[in-house]
Amino acid sequence: MKIKNYYKTSNLEDAYKMLLDDKQNIIIGGGAWLKLTKKIVETAIDITPANLNEIIETKDSIEIGAMTSLHQIEINKALQSHCNGILCEAISHIMGMGIRNIATIGGSVMGKYSFSDILTPLLVMDTSLVFHNYGEISLEEFMNIKRFDKDILVRVIIKKDNRKGYFHKVQKTALDFAVINFAVSKKNKIRIFVGSRPSIAIEPLKAVEYINNQKVVNDEVIATTASIAANEMKLGSNSRAGSEYRKSLVEVYIKRGLKEVMSNEN
Amino acid sequence: MKINVTVNNRERVFDISPDEYLLDTLREHGFLSVKRGCDNSSCGVCTVLLDNKPVASCTLLTIKTEGCHITTVEGISKDAEKLSEHMGDEGADQCGFCNPSLALTMYALKQENPHPTDDEIKKYLVGNLCRCTGYQSQVISIRKCLEDDE
Amino acid sequence: MKVVNNKVPSIDGKGLMMGRPAYTDDLAERNSLIVKILRSPHPHAKILEIDYSEALKLPGVELVLTHKDFTRKSFTRAGQGYPEPSPYDKFVLDEYVRYIGDEVCCVAAISDKICREALELIKVKYEILEPILDFEKAIDSETIIHPEDGIFEQFPIGFEPKRNIAAAYHMEVGSVEKDLKESEVTLEDSFYTQAQAHVMLEPHTVNARIDYQNRLVLYTSTQTPVHVRRIISQALDIPLSRIRVIKPRVGGGFGGKQHIHGEMFVTTVTLKTGKPSKMVYTREEVFESSYSRHPMRIDVKLGASKDGVLESIDCHILSDTGAYGEHALTVFMVAGSKVLPLYNKVKSVRFYGEVVYTNHTPAGAYRGYGAIQGNFALESAIDMLVEKLGIDPLEFRDKNMIKQHETSPIFAIMGEGTEGTAMTMESCELEYCLHRGRELIGWDDIYPYKQVSKTKRRSVGMAIAMQGSGIPYIDMGSATIKLNDDGFYNLMVGATDIGQGSDTILAQIAAETLQCKIEDMVVYSSDSDLTPFDTGAYASSTTYVSGNAVYKAAKLMREMLIEEASVALKVKPEDIEYDGKTFKANDKTITINDLSNRLYYNEDQKQLVATGSYFGTKSPPPFMAGYVEIEVDTETGEVDIMNYVSVVDCGTTINPMLAKGQVEGGIMQGIGMAMYEEVLYTKKGKLITNDLMNYRIPTRLEVKKLTTEFADSYEESGPYGAKSVGEIGIDTPPAALANAIYNAVGVRLKTLPLTPEKIFMAMKKREEDNNE
Repeated sequence: MKIKNYYKTSNLEDAYKMLLDDKQNIIIGGGAWLKLTKKIVETAIDITPANLNEIIETKDSIEIGAMTSLHQIEINKALQSHCNGILCEAISHIMGMGIRNIATIGGSVMGKYSFSDILTPLLVMDTSLVFHNYGEISLEEFMNIKRFDKDILVRVIIKKDNRKGYFHKVQKTALDFAVINFAVSKKNKIRIFVGSRPSIAIEPLKAVEYINNQKVVNDEVIATTASIAANEMKLGSNSRAGSEYRKSLVEVYIKRGLKEVMSNEN
Repeated sequence: MKINVTVNNRERVFDISPDEYLLDTLREHGFLSVKRGCDNSSCGVCTVLLDNKPVASCTLLTIKTEGCHITTVEGISKDAEKLSEHMGDEGADQCGFCNPSLALTMYALKQENPHPTDDEIKKYLVGNLCRCTGYQSQVISIRKCLEDDE
Repeated sequence: MKVVNNKVPSIDGKGLMMGRPAYTDDLAERNSLIVKILRSPHPHAKILEIDYSEALKLPGVELVLTHKDFTRKSFTRAGQGYPEPSPYDKFVLDEYVRYIGDEVCCVAAISDKICREALELIKVKYEILEPILDFEKAIDSETIIHPEDGIFEQFPIGFEPKRNIAAAYHMEVGSVEKDLKESEVTLEDSFYTQAQAHVMLEPHTVNARIDYQNRLVLYTSTQTPVHVRRIISQALDIPLSRIRVIKPRVGGGFGGKQHIHGEMFVTTVTLKTGKPSKMVYTREEVFESSYSRHPMRIDVKLGASKDGVLESIDCHILSDTGAYGEHALTVFMVAGSKVLPLYNKVKSVRFYGEVVYTNHTPAGAYRGYGAIQGNFALESAIDMLVEKLGIDPLEFRDKNMIKQHETSPIFAIMGEGTEGTAMTMESCELEYCLHRGRELIGWDDIYPYKQVSKTKRRSVGMAIAMQGSGIPYIDMGSATIKLNDDGFYNLMVGATDIGQGSDTILAQIAAETLQCKIEDMVVYSSDSDLTPFDTGAYASSTTYVSGNAVYKAAKLMREMLIEEASVALKVKPEDIEYDGKTFKANDKTITINDLSNRLYYNEDQKQLVATGSYFGTKSPPPFMAGYVEIEVDTETGEVDIMNYVSVVDCGTTINPMLAKGQVEGGIMQGIGMAMYEEVLYTKKGKLITNDLMNYRIPTRLEVKKLTTEFADSYEESGPYGAKSVGEIGIDTPPAALANAIYNAVGVRLKTLPLTPEKIFMAMKKREEDNNE
């Protein structure tokens, strides 16, 4: 990674103009993953002075400024209690404190990292993103757009609802990236996302459709859902696990996740 | 480019390039207690406190620390010394390369959670690897050190 | 005993905690040239041309060195007894590159940034050669990794480079084939171990300067300073007397720093430029371009009688030394010599095999040094055999294992690449270790397993192990004690503290003998100009070998003190009583402070210095029993390690807390090798697991609890009854964990590491087999 120029500003419009100014200009979040890339950056734009590092709880939602560090989120009371605190739980398994104090939610979302432990729980919650130019967009829609126009993420909004949640990361040691991760939530409908498959988090649509169409969700339905998910999902092999093992993990952990969100109801 | 930072309560001016990392800057300026271990934020020996929060200095651009307070182990010498006494008692000293980073992370833990359980200590310090000790003696030392403050 | 076997904190703990400059890179000259190596992107190639003209044009680039700049002279980078049992198969730089990460050329520049840029400007033309990436296909392959002239063995080690064999060995006691044929129950299987990485947190680091006497001074992070000095002198034709090697504080070694690393390059750069230079390996270089543990395939055959008497052991090993043969023969031999004597009652035992070259990162010394590999195979195989016999694994071991006052013929046959040394176990509390461990883990409650929930089983597994205490007749340590005015001492040792705490325990031995406080024994270690000879920190030698040397020096100093006190008090030496503070004879007294002040300032002035040196005539093994309690998720194969119990016989523990630290650190590394530390290569031979994001060592969350105890044991030949303890901790986890996994879910894994995926796939396969 080479950075030729550095531009710090509190003015998002200035930052936005600068971002569009050159193909090799980027917005820099915490910069935690910079070292792993070989990019040459013309101008790195740092919006730290804009003070987008707060978590604000309103009546209906929790708004997380894009420059909020992962550790700030991890210890935020509102997020710890929303959806069984799955976002905090997911973050608590990401590397060490030294990185969780550097990495930001904005950087983590915008990177769309395939190994992300953050996107998976965010996707099973009612999450939207607010961009400086584009305005608001649901996280799911954002994920589906292959080439989103260059923009500045301002905040992440999680709608508060009485959602039950489950998150699980399979990892080989406590510092490792996910072999695979799972998030399940239940409000009126059930949502399931599986990340680090090893590619980016997606939802097993058939499985979700199946379970949401059942009148009664018993152990058998849960087992069937898990099995449908395991069969429909595209799973790959990498240095952390083979696809066959991942498939078995999908079946086991979706089952466990569903049981947990169902039992939470009582 | 020049930036102003405070290191261990003393103001400093660092002349840096925009893609310079804090670990390199600090060692270059003689802060040798900050160690280079893995150079990709996985081992924790380069830990310093940035406004009292532990960060991996190998992964933090120096420019991001402009106007901030940086603390190395020299800046928390009382706590470090106390931890060292407990580590001596527990036989937790081996190569010593990770010792300053342990003291700094413990210091930050104390601010967030003054009475942690062993499990909370382990989780807070999970990013501080040690290849010498087997960890257990370190955790006991840290717990006892924090208990002293009660 | 007042100091030895008592709680004494590390003498350096506080200074290191406070971050005082102590490690090699902390002590580099501020304006050092930065030295970096251009490394091969190919596993096997011939260098046709190196064009570095563009690099030299870059302002700030001082020089570039290629193989043409060095006299062609082979050597081994292994820091071990001289002449070395490792082949002389390495040149500082060569026209061949033999693994991805091998050295192509060397650049020195005024900054890190410029040096990196210079590397990118160098153009190399290669003739790509076929690599050998599968060590089981190396022998007699069409590809020859070392076809070059000028490489040789120092004495017969079975070196056959044209067949890709770095070393080979064969020994047999009795007739294994005959006994196996006659045995009522036999077992035969093969086991695989991986190229574990040391992951000492301080990377390999070295710097050089020329001092005001025009001598070369190296600070280097090494376990073997005297070997470093000798090898540099030999390979670069520099008189030994012109080189000073200083080992500052070392941030962990574990065997990884028992080799030359960047020393040749900084030496050459500094001698050519006259400027100080330094080299700090990147973490990627530590993984790809230093050394690893030798991966092995271990073929074991066991024969026993129905009533549970082990009659015969056959062990064949194929070991992969990678591109160069550092420690090739000796690591391989230790897989036999420090494992097979555990079962000393057999009628016959055979140990043989080959160490082969491949185009992988070279293997070298690593804590355990073969014993961990051999132990995994043998102690797994024993559990497999007892299952066939229907006998309890602890009962079987108790009946067949080595005990106090017994011996094994292997001790006399197998040594450090040569013949060994016969010895009887004067101290061996393995029986106690076995029984105490059984209690501590709660074996009888759990064995083989307990169902703790619908999807979880709790189980136990175990293994026994032995190591050594230095290499008899080869490893030598020495110590010098100097009395100072006011009655405190300097202890100067060649022994190499690499974080294991040897400075502390050697000071304890000296302080105990001279009855002084540990604060009055100031230690200085490992500076080739100032400290006496010591082969270094390896082969579990420091406590036993260097410790004995310190003990001898201290005894001698004590005699000298009494002699001088007798002069001062005008009495006969034998009339003097000395308690560490005051010399008393009848009603006359003089304190150590007054005596030393008298000696240096007032009367009969003379310097008191005592030197002791020691080499072992045997290598009394430390022993241990390792027990592990785990929980296995039967749906996913995931394993939680609940408790690891170690009961160790290392004789007297000079410093019980530091000895515990040695054991627990070893256990954790052994657990890492057993469970997490996967080594993966691309098909092209590039190491994938080349950083700490991808190579996983245990964190503080993986193992819930360590329980460590020591047996009450006294080794007559050791200092204050001590044996060594540096390596023994690492040996048992692979087999103990494999056995525990088997006890939990009935699948036998024979390839390390024992990952959840492997456990799961094995369970699945068993299910499918059962359904057929």
